[in-house]
Amino acid sequence: MPNFVEPPIESPASLEQAYGLLRDGDGRPWRPLAGGTDVMVQITGEIGEPPARLLDIWAIDELRGIHVEDGALLIGALTTYTAIRRSDEVAGLVPVLAEAAATIGAAQIQNRGTLGGNVVNASPAGDTLPVLLAVDAEFVLGSSDGERTVPARSFWTGYRQTARHDHELLLRVRIPLLSGREVRFRKVGTRRAQAISKVVMALSWRVDGDAWTDVRLGLGSIAATPVRAPATEAALEGQAPTREAADAAAAALSAEIHPIDDVRSTADYRRAVAGRVLHRLIRDNGGW
Amino acid sequence: MTFRFTVNGEPVEVKANGSRRLLDVLREDLALTGTKEGCGEGECGACSVLIDGDVVDACLVPVSQAQGTTVRTVEALAIDGRLNELQQAFLETGGAQCGICTPGMLMAGEAFLAGGAEPTDENIREAIAGNLCRCTGYTKIIEAIALAAQRRTDA
Repeated sequence: MPNFVEPPIESPASLEQAYGLLRDGDGRPWRPLAGGTDVMVQITGEIGEPPARLLDIWAIDELRGIHVEDGALLIGALTTYTAIRRSDEVAGLVPVLAEAAATIGAAQIQNRGTLGGNVVNASPAGDTLPVLLAVDAEFVLGSSDGERTVPARSFWTGYRQTARHDHELLLRVRIPLLSGREVRFRKVGTRRAQAISKVVMALSWRVDGDAWTDVRLGLGSIAATPVRAPATEAALEGQAPTREAADAAAAALSAEIHPIDDVRSTADYRRAVAGRVLHRLIRDNGGW
Repeated sequence: MTFRFTVNGEPVEVKANGSRRLLDVLREDLALTGTKEGCGEGECGACSVLIDGDVVDACLVPVSQAQGTTVRTVEALAIDGRLNELQQAFLETGGAQCGICTPGMLMAGEAFLAGGAEPTDENIREAIAGNLCRCTGYTKIIEAIALAAQRRTDA
């Protein structure tokens, strides 16, 4: 027998039912449960207070699927990493997302873990989150009041805190499609599979002549939340991907971030490796 | 709550809290102890089973999410007491040592063989990347899966 309490759980079959439960006035917050790869570990109580009750949204099929609408790629919150890896739309339009999904856990995790779960679980080490920051993703939240949209950049408000209200569910992720946007992803972990990141980053830019514009750098595992690196982005904006630009950007990044020591790595290592990985990304695209 | 799904070809009806782990339902309620618990947090793959053909960690699936699905465990592999090709290959290559990872490795291997990908070393390694072998006997396990793939192609 497991030596922990199995929390109360409801499994609504539709969004409407889910919205009703989220407003039941009981006072105990619901923890949404999607593929379970984070929440089912949390119910053991070994990593903090277990959730008081669970809202299992796995059966709400309207939250699955990937399609293009109004110049954006829309990905339902319950879309699994496996579905993202197999999607022709993702491969054609935002292939870096499939690349990030492929680094998460292994088959068992990718078959259950969802993009929406990665976003809402709000781990600073969530591997898709730097990508979502780098491509200016937006999150569509829903409740019985209707829908609202929050940009990725303002979604993670503190350590494992988000802009989602207790009565809301994440419905889908919206990725605007920009012509000429390039995105690169790197994850540094202990091994290739089943590793939680020591540092994870996604860099995006558009090419204007020789110069990079609209530079975005998203990072994970170096702060209490997934973050952008505005000073480093400014150092790269309008620059060609030269050795000098890479040196300046790597120095800016090492100065800008304030990682911590924890069980997976040290602050010194994270700061050093973040600068070097960024330098390498720029070099690989500068052809020198 | 009562949950109804199929386990190894048989319809089952389980009365349980919906947040009960599928792993506990299989091992304790249905007495299918072939599926092992290693870490209980989705790291080791010892509890790998197939749900509708997809390999998953049974420690991370609440039984509420098994409703209406088809679950296969290691007990489903042998037919009439005879080992299937993959089990036979594990036996022949020495792919099983202490045995704790073996049921999970077999289920990850089954999912890989059913997926029909080329049985290259790289592909097999990716397919079992979510399964840890504490004896570190990976080479023999990879050989076993490659051998079973070869035999299925020849058959």
